[in-house]
Amino acid sequence: MESKKTNWLIHALFIFCSATAILPVLLVAAVSFSSESSINKYGYSFIPHEFSLFAYNYIFNDPHIIIRAYSVTIFVTIVGTLACLIITSALAYPLSRKTLPYRNFLTFFVVLTILFNGGLVPWYILFKTYLHFSDNIGALIVPGLMLNGFSVLIMRTFFINTIPPELIEAADMDGAGELRIFVQIVIPLSKPVYATIGLFATLAYWNDWYNSMLFQINPDNFSMQYVLQRILLNIQYLSQNTRSTNASSSLAALPAETSRMAMALIAAGPIILVYPFFQKYFIKGLTIGAVKG
Amino acid sequence: MDNIRSKAIVAVKDWGQWKAIIRHKALYMLMIPGILYLLINNYIPMFGIIIAFKNFNYTKGFLGSEWVYFNNFKYLFATGDAFIMTRNTLGYNAVFIIVNLFLSLAMALLLNEVRQNFAKRFYQTTLLLPFFLSMVVVAYLVYALLNPASGLVNMSILKPLGIEPVSWYLETKYWPYILVIANAWKGVGYGGVIYIAAITGIDTEYYEAATIDGAKKWQQIRYITMPLLTPVITIMTILSIGRIFYSDFGLFYQLPMQSGTLLPVVNVIDTYVYTSLTTLGDIGMSSAAGLYQSVVGFLLVLLSNLLVRKISPENALY
Repeated sequence: MESKKTNWLIHALFIFCSATAILPVLLVAAVSFSSESSINKYGYSFIPHEFSLFAYNYIFNDPHIIIRAYSVTIFVTIVGTLACLIITSALAYPLSRKTLPYRNFLTFFVVLTILFNGGLVPWYILFKTYLHFSDNIGALIVPGLMLNGFSVLIMRTFFINTIPPELIEAADMDGAGELRIFVQIVIPLSKPVYATIGLFATLAYWNDWYNSMLFQINPDNFSMQYVLQRILLNIQYLSQNTRSTNASSSLAALPAETSRMAMALIAAGPIILVYPFFQKYFIKGLTIGAVKG
Repeated sequence: MDNIRSKAIVAVKDWGQWKAIIRHKALYMLMIPGILYLLINNYIPMFGIIIAFKNFNYTKGFLGSEWVYFNNFKYLFATGDAFIMTRNTLGYNAVFIIVNLFLSLAMALLLNEVRQNFAKRFYQTTLLLPFFLSMVVVAYLVYALLNPASGLVNMSILKPLGIEPVSWYLETKYWPYILVIANAWKGVGYGGVIYIAAITGIDTEYYEAATIDGAKKWQQIRYITMPLLTPVITIMTILSIGRIFYSDFGLFYQLPMQSGTLLPVVNVIDTYVYTSLTTLGDIGMSSAAGLYQSVVGFLLVLLSNLLVRKISPENALY
């Protein structure tokens, strides 16, 4: 009897916590489906006082901004994630091989990048002024995001623990070259760690606004999250960057609060819909990461 | 004779080493892109810290700019900014570590008691949602709650209670709480998942034996789960203490929506470095603050790793 009571108590507590996690998102959704006049009158609420699709009509009337920002984000995410997986695993796999000369020195070369960094200023000047990563799409892919020491260590640990050295020796005896061993034996056996690191990279690129903020001047190269930030700070951004011929009239009709929240939902929507399906791999990755580093 | 022999041994050894390197040449080739990336993205900026001791000029570049030695640091520490941002960085991070540890642990322990698998998965999934959202989206959610003219708190909670609306983005006194709550909201699911994994890893035989001996649920938590979790908790905590000089830039930059009045309570080292560089264009101050963070941060990371090494060597970084 006693344990049943505590059981219900635990459920009640978790229902409360889950609600706390979801309700702010639902609030944003509710506001985006309200009419602007009811928001001005009653303020935000979880149930729209007056249901309206006007904010979405307004935004999709000229979807140029969204299409552009999403194209940038999707392109950057795909190219960035692939590049990240290739160079991270190509660095991690040799470090996992015990026979590699200077293996400890090279591992330390990776670890030092986790322990110490030069800070924002020299990094920013190097990429912007010397390497000319400004105002091109490469600036959203290369600086900072493509490879990090932690991922290299996670992958290296995975290779050490799952690829038996005998397997590599046997393949070597059969005359397979190192590249062939890596591509045809090691990679197929290591799908879980590729999934995990790939998901971390995808999330980092998809949610990135920092590189756009630092390196981009041309709004055509802004990522979705950075466009969203600009709209939060100044709702007029939405009307200023439209291509409609009668820009002044659309400015007058701009439903400021509701369209702002609609944009938030449009930008966050894909990840909210998709994450329940891939969180399994993500949790696996968190635990690999927690074991080492 | 001996001399010649040892030289020969060295030569053979060298030759052996060379042969080993040549045999592994394909592996070294694989590493080239990654090593080049780290050289550019990490190592060159490490040497670039010299600009903190220079009066940096874009046309003269990294090496050509004139030395001013410790002048940038003198200016930095002469203003009150250095103290405020250090206090804020350390203060917020200390509270974040304690609050998130407590809540994540509570989540993991309680979720472990939920028997119904569907409910368990549902709670875990929803609690993990905030982790997947970008800080920009979180800033929207906070704005939806606190927007002074029409936000939920002012219009739907305070107004019915007859309380005057609050100008949330102009009142400094609420922000320490807002930031701690927002940080917990975003991070507890992630921490909880790590501890749940650690609990799942505990051998069930301990619990079976305890149940046979008549141990109650809370006794099992107290005498089995907690002691076995202690190493994970210690390591996670020490590692976050090692990062205490670095803050979550997005949290402090996005949530206050660039309200100048809030600066004294939301300015941390990372936001200071960013705004002095981009808004004020003050490379001297900015790089001095950045170097201050890198050096103190480095010492703390080293120290925390030394501690982790003492407790459990397999979890240390080096």
